[in-house]
Amino acid sequence: MRNVLPILTVVAVLLGIWVLAVVPMNIHLAVDQAQRDGVAVQPDTPTARQDVGAVALALRNPAVLSATYTLDRPRLPGPQQVIGELWRTTVGTRITSKQSLVYHGWVTLSATLLGFAMGTTLGIALAVGIVFSRTMDRSVMPWAIASQTIPILALAPMIIVMLGSMGIQGLLPKAIISAYLSFFPVVVGMVKGLRSPDAMQLDLLRTYYASPGQGFWKLRLPASLPYLFASLKIGISAALVGAIVGELPTGARAGFGARMLVGDQYGQPLVTWAALFAAAITAALLVGLFSVMERASLKRMGMVR
Amino acid sequence: MMAAAAVMVIWGVGWFINLMLTRRDHSAAAWLAPLVFGLTLLLIWEVGVRLGNVSPIILPPPSAIAARFMESLPILWADFAQTILKGALTGYILGALAAFVVAVMVDRSDFLTRGILPVGAFMAALPIVGTAPIFVKWLGSDWPSKAAVVGVMVFFPILVNTVAGLRDTTAMQRDLMRTYGAGYWPSLFKLRVPAALPFIFNGLKIATTLALIGAIVAEFFGSPTVGMGFRISTSVGQLALDLVWAEIVVAALAGSAFYGAMAMIEKRLTFWHPSQRR
Repeated sequence: MRNVLPILTVVAVLLGIWVLAVVPMNIHLAVDQAQRDGVAVQPDTPTARQDVGAVALALRNPAVLSATYTLDRPRLPGPQQVIGELWRTTVGTRITSKQSLVYHGWVTLSATLLGFAMGTTLGIALAVGIVFSRTMDRSVMPWAIASQTIPILALAPMIIVMLGSMGIQGLLPKAIISAYLSFFPVVVGMVKGLRSPDAMQLDLLRTYYASPGQGFWKLRLPASLPYLFASLKIGISAALVGAIVGELPTGARAGFGARMLVGDQYGQPLVTWAALFAAAITAALLVGLFSVMERASLKRMGMVR
Repeated sequence: MMAAAAVMVIWGVGWFINLMLTRRDHSAAAWLAPLVFGLTLLLIWEVGVRLGNVSPIILPPPSAIAARFMESLPILWADFAQTILKGALTGYILGALAAFVVAVMVDRSDFLTRGILPVGAFMAALPIVGTAPIFVKWLGSDWPSKAAVVGVMVFFPILVNTVAGLRDTTAMQRDLMRTYGAGYWPSLFKLRVPAALPFIFNGLKIATTLALIGAIVAEFFGSPTVGMGFRISTSVGQLALDLVWAEIVVAALAGSAFYGAMAMIEKRLTFWHPSQRR
């Protein structure tokens, strides 16, 4: 709890920078708009204004300053505009509406969760195989580690098209990208975790005459939990990014990625910003959920640091 | 049927070789086994696609990808220069420098450090790649907007690791510096930065992959007619999948080389750390 005040301070500083940046980012647009509405502005031709710096323009037109926060199509919307748009599209509209971010969020989230479940299950299975089979360890593990240095996300558009031409559309292609992205962190983390019991603990089990299976269930698996949760947190945010990027290149009609693209192409920056923040909030909630589960289960197992 | 049988046979042979390799436990097995495994997969891919009559629109065989790679080297090089050298590297360097400066500034105050560690770790988990359309709108579609996306993406992991690393000195070590009469700057450069290097490189290595992802994905939102992301998205549209795979090979090579370079510098600079000792 002693961290609450510092965290709030840092967040306040970030918000302050944002609020201050709105004026210089939007002042040219705001002055143009004000002139169209018949307000006298300095300098009075658009070409002359282009040569004036943003701060200088703001100082010469103090009357327009407040307008920079309320533009319809700002370059940088004010925080209150983004919150307003988020509120309008989540609480203010029906969930079934195509405008509702809850609807788009669910489209992305369902692909994320499905992919995450597939990736995690496969990842844990492969990690168990690697820990128990020397051959698998020697031949597969280097590739699992090397694959982390490869920008796998570049594959996303191709996977979508590949599956599309095989007749698979909708949820599954995005989920496969998510699965692929969450797979490798889980493999690497779980192998580390399953190997984390030290020689002393393994010897103790041997003196108990425990079978490899018992060693797995009673020692290796519980010992791997902290590593598992660390990789799950990385995996779930990677899965969400995968689902969003999976929506970009093929012109998906629903989902956070589609909303970002729509806002970008139809000149509605507020839509893009709202989708971006909604995606960030979703990621935060998912990671937070795993943090809570982590703390609860580690506490129950007496492993709290 | 033929294809399935051939694939099974190749898989069996490859696995058998690896089984033998690891059973004898040659010292060469450490690099030979993954090599055999990789070659087995490539061979399965090639034979499976050819015998199974898989359309090249769905999955081109590796030989076709290699041929395409060789004949489009000029295109691939131009895309590489645009996306990796201009976009990703510029953004990576700017983001890393910004993170170092902020980390050193924040580090002087314990209050700010306690605030920035959780906030930074939190920001690092967000889908920052979504800021790409915004940066493309602000900075135009050429590489500066990609560099900006990359800079923001790599900033937080490097910041968090650097801040955590700068705290990683013991009271004993700091006291020793004080008895030497070392002020803030000498003890920063002689003690705390070297002690932080393993953490910093951890952040730098995580950021290499993020940088490539950021630069490639940002091009999906708008780019000049050159660049790896541009080539991937347009070639997918034209069903020229061999070119897409060639770009992915480039991305994989670039990613591994980038990571390898960072790991090599780390080895040179942190030779004293337990993790680097033989």
